[in-house]
Amino acid sequence: MKALYFAWVRERIGLAEEEIAPPREVVTVRELIEWLSARDEGYAAAFANPATIRAALDKTHAAPDAPIGAAREIAFFPPMTGG
Amino acid sequence: MAPQPTPAVRVQAEDFDLGREQALLTRGRRDIGALVSFLGLCRDEDGALEALELEHYPGMAEAEIRRVADEALERWPLQGLTVIHRFGRIRPGEQIVLVLAAARHRADAFAAAAFLMDFLKTRAPFWKKERRADGAPGDWVSATSEDDAAAERWR
Repeated sequence: MKALYFAWVRERIGLAEEEIAPPREVVTVRELIEWLSARDEGYAAAFANPATIRAALDKTHAAPDAPIGAAREIAFFPPMTGG
Repeated sequence: MAPQPTPAVRVQAEDFDLGREQALLTRGRRDIGALVSFLGLCRDEDGALEALELEHYPGMAEAEIRRVADEALERWPLQGLTVIHRFGRIRPGEQIVLVLAAARHRADAFAAAAFLMDFLKTRAPFWKKERRADGAPGDWVSATSEDDAAAERWR
C-alpha cells in the first residue's frame, strides 16, 4: 500500500510518500504506527506521541483502532490547522 | 422540499474574488433572502511573519470539504454553498478561505457558515507553517483546543 506523510510527520520521516508492505499481523492503524515506529529514528520521532497523529485510509479520516483492511492508501499527519 | 443545491468546492493556489463568487452564487436567483460570507485572512500579530506555507492533502482536502458541505446541507435548508480554500504561500493580509452560505432566511445562512468554518478547521487536511521575516526557521502552527471546542458544540 501507499503511505503518505504530511507537515511535520513528513519532515521527521524525511519522505512525502512510499510503498509499504506491513506483515499480516499488522491489522489496525495503531499497529501500523507501531510497526513503522520501529523502522528508524525518524519514524520513531514522527510517531513518538500517538495522541498528536491523525490518519486517513483512502482519503477518509480513520481512528487508531480502525482496521487497515484493503485500503490502497494510508496517510499520517498532525492535527489540522487550515481555515 | 426543493432539491438540495450542489456545493461549489475548490482547493486552489490562486487567489479568489469575493464579489465574483457572490455573483456566481446569486446570479438569476430570486429565492435567496440571505447570503452570509466568511473570509479568512492570513494574520500577522507582531510583524514577524513573512508568509504562511499552507500544505494540503490533494484529493482528500476537496473530499473532506465536500463531506462537511453535504452535512451542512442536511442540517439547514440552504439555497447555495461555496467553499474555496487556498494552499501554497500566502502573505499577511491575503485571503486563505471563503465560505458563502445562501438561504431564504438569515439564521440558516449564519449557522451554516459558522458550522462549515468550525468543521473545516478541524477536519480538512491543511497545515500551516510560518515563514518568519527574520529568516529564522518557522514553526508549524499548532491546532488549538478552542478550535476543537468550536467543532464540538455542533454535536
